[in-house]
Order: sequence, then C-alpha cells, then structure tokens
Amino acid sequence: MDQSLLNNFKDPALARDLLQVIEKLVARIAENRIAEGRTTENRTAENRTAENRTAENRLVESCIAEARTVENRAVENYPQPSSIRIMEVCGTHTVAIARAGFRSVLPASLKLISGPGCPVCVTANVDIDRVIALTRIPGVVVATFGDMIRVPGSSTSLQQRKAQGAAVEVVYSPLDAIKLAEQYAADGGTTGHNAAGGGTHVVFVGVGFETTTPLVAATIERAAARGLANFSVLAVHKRVPPALEALANDAEVAVDALILPGHVSTILGAQPYGFLAEKYHIPGAITGFEPVDILQGIALLLEQIRAREAGEADAAIEIAYKRAVMQEGNPTALAAIDAVFENTDATWRGLGTIEQSGYSIREKYAVYDANRRFAAELSALQEPTVEPRGCRCGTVLRGVIPPSACPLFGRACTPQNPIGPCMVSSEGTCAAYFRYAL
Amino acid sequence: MCLAIPAKILTIGDDRIATVDILGVTREAAIDLVPDAQIGDFILIHAGYGIEIVSEDFANETLDLIREFPELVEN
Repeated sequence: MDQSLLNNFKDPALARDLLQVIEKLVARIAENRIAEGRTTENRTAENRTAENRTAENRLVESCIAEARTVENRAVENYPQPSSIRIMEVCGTHTVAIARAGFRSVLPASLKLISGPGCPVCVTANVDIDRVIALTRIPGVVVATFGDMIRVPGSSTSLQQRKAQGAAVEVVYSPLDAIKLAEQYAADGGTTGHNAAGGGTHVVFVGVGFETTTPLVAATIERAAARGLANFSVLAVHKRVPPALEALANDAEVAVDALILPGHVSTILGAQPYGFLAEKYHIPGAITGFEPVDILQGIALLLEQIRAREAGEADAAIEIAYKRAVMQEGNPTALAAIDAVFENTDATWRGLGTIEQSGYSIREKYAVYDANRRFAAELSALQEPTVEPRGCRCGTVLRGVIPPSACPLFGRACTPQNPIGPCMVSSEGTCAAYFRYAL
Repeated sequence: MCLAIPAKILTIGDDRIATVDILGVTREAAIDLVPDAQIGDFILIHAGYGIEIVSEDFANETLDLIREFPELVEN
C-alpha cells in the first residue's frame, strides 16, 4: 500500500486514521461474508461482466484467466470474500476520488465504482441530436454550458456546428442566456453569430440534476416576469433518486452502498433517498468533496454494511456533509422546481427509460418550452439517432465495467478525440480514469 | 458540474442580483433561491445562482479544496 500518497492530503494524520478504520471494517465484513459463504464464486456481477468482453480483450482475458487459475490453486483452501462495492453517483466525486488516488491506498476487496453522476454523460444521444437540431432552425441562437459543446451526437456536435457558422454561445449561467436574449431583442439580432443572418431567439439548453434544475426554473420565472418573448429552454434535466432506484433494481450493478452527491443533496436534503434504505436496504451517505470527507463517508458506509450484514442494524441514509446539506434541503429551490417543472419519464444513456426521472416544463410556461415552441422544426430537422460504434459509455455509467474494459478506451477514444460523452466531459468516468491513469 | 463554489455577498441590488466575491473576483449572482441571504453572508454559488447559505469556516475550507484541486470546477 502506497501510504506516501497520504502526505499530499491536507490532514494526513486524519486520513491515516480513517484508512485504518476502513481496513478494520473491511476485514470484519470479509470475515462475516466468508462465514456466510458469500465468496467470489457466488457473486454474479463479477462473473457476468466477463461474458460481455469483446474479441479484442480475449487475449488479455485468457492471460488473466491463466494467472487466476494459478492464484486460485494457491488460495484453494482460503475462499475469497465477495468484494465490497461502493458506488458514487456524482461527477465531482468521480474526479475527487480519481485525483486523490484512493484506489491505490484502499484494501483491494473494496471496490469504488463510478455511477451515472455526470449529467452530460447520461444525456441520451436522441436528446443530444435534438439540441444539435436547434442549431439548424433559422434565427435560433443556442446558449449552453461549456461541457455540452464537444459531446458528439449522431453525426456532429455543437462545436462542429459552431465552426460551420451556426449560432452557439457558451454561457456560465442561464442568466447570461437571458442577457443575450435581451441584447438580441434590442438590436434585432445583428450581434448574433448566425450564418443565416443573425439570431434573435435564444434557446438555453437545460442540462443537469437537481442542483441545476432550480436555477433554470428561477431563470424561466425571471424571463416570464420581464415578458421576454425571444427566450426558451430545451429542458433535459434529470432527477437523481429514480436513477438510483433503477440501479438498486439492477442485479448486474450489485452495489453494497452509495456515496450520495453533495450539492444535489443541498437542494434535495436526505428524505428523497430514504427508499434506498427502507425498500432496498442499501446504506447511503451524503458526502463532501475533501479527500478526508470522502474517506469519512466510506468509513460510515462500511460500518453500516458491517452492522447490516451482522444483523445488528438496518441500512440508513446519513448526512456526512452537514455543513452544506440540511435534512430538508433547500425548500425555496424545491418550490421553484415545482412551480416550473413537472416530473416526466426520461431516457438515460446506459439506463434506458426510467419512469418519472426527468423534468418537463409545465403548461403554464409553455411559451418558454423550446420543445413545444419548435416542435415542428425539431421533428423536421432532427436526424435519426445512431449510437457511437463500440462505445461502452452506457455500461460504464452503470458501473458494470470500468473504462479500461472498453476496447476503445485510451486507444481510439481519448480526451483529445473522444468517441463517447464519458470521455468528453471532464467529470466523465472515462475522462477522469484516463487523466489519472487508472 | 454540480460543484458549487462559496462566495461572499458584497452588495444586493434590485432584482435580487447580488455582487459577490469569489476567490478575489467580483461577479454577479442571483439570490432568488436563498431569500434570507444578507450582505456579508457566504453562499454556495452554482451557475450564477446562490443555492445555500453556509458558514464562513465552511466557505474557507471549500475554497482551499478548490485551490488544491482546480480541475474540480472545470467545465
């Protein structure tokens, strides 16, 4: 174990203590699992992923299998406990864990898995194509957060469309999109960069989880209050809890516990995750982003796993990030979401269609809904969806395979030449694993 | 994408738009979602909106983290 890495932490002594707690808990869980016969042979998730490999990986697979046979002979009389699988579902956690190098200091049987935590990554190709179709509508200026522009759709990306002269503006905040709309309304679109002769209607691309949805809602309310007529939102916002329920029901994913997102929970609070513990007996900890916060979250979850498997206590949702997360979340933000959006079925890359897992704009604000406003243009201009060939982003997002199990990873697909969104977004699992050579 | 950055409220103008200090840079932020926020408070900012009022200690801790790992706030 490379403990020298701990010296990089802000509080190395605390990190070392937490690691010791983690090691002890992992050992106790392992003991219990062996006693109950929960050994690797019984574990379906690990076996099933092996079947999903492609031809290119088979040579490597056979070498590994050979090595494993030797290893298995050596430990024949010592069954290995099934690994402990803890998943994080927040892109910032993905980056923080990769950056801190935890995987090299944690016990080997503890697997930290990255789930669908990157909003851009989970956006289905059909929705990316819809955003790109907006750039083909005369007079429309597309305003978007920066991490969307390189995401490839079926045949092109926003960045490529911009290079071809389409009006695409990167904004930091949806408020900037309103400012653009006001500017274009005042000058008739002469400042728009549309090759077709200037854009006058600004469509903001609403991507993001519950952290982002309330401020897009507040922006729509601001636009309505000002009577802004040349502004709308293409909403592809998603709700985290229904995706977690889909993962909890997915036998291939097989998570033992969840590190829950910090700032999504600032809005939601802890209550919307309660079903994970009550219905699925999966422990959860809302965790901050400091390396020691994450280690603390892992330690809390391991203690919960241990107690649950020993029959001492049932799973619970804990807040290990009380400095930024209240039990009830942010009621003003939740009310803003509810005023503007309603729940709708949504399609996630990798997870498919999940009931009530997305947000659509309410009838009351229909005039600000780009989907309604440009329905005819979008259905005429949107190209048929083609999934990127060979890209396994969807399976990576479910945590069923690590990026390295994708035949394109690091070869055909790199941050400079990304094939799927998990490599495009800086907080995508593939980009984080590539950057930190995991 | 969901990382929020702490900022100190310097002024609150008409239309619930505040000027805030983020790591020494002055920016605008809407405070629609933190209606109790006052001048001098620290708020977490996400995409131009305050989403929660936090303590000064917590704000400083998070700012240290961002200085240490600037890639956490990349888009």
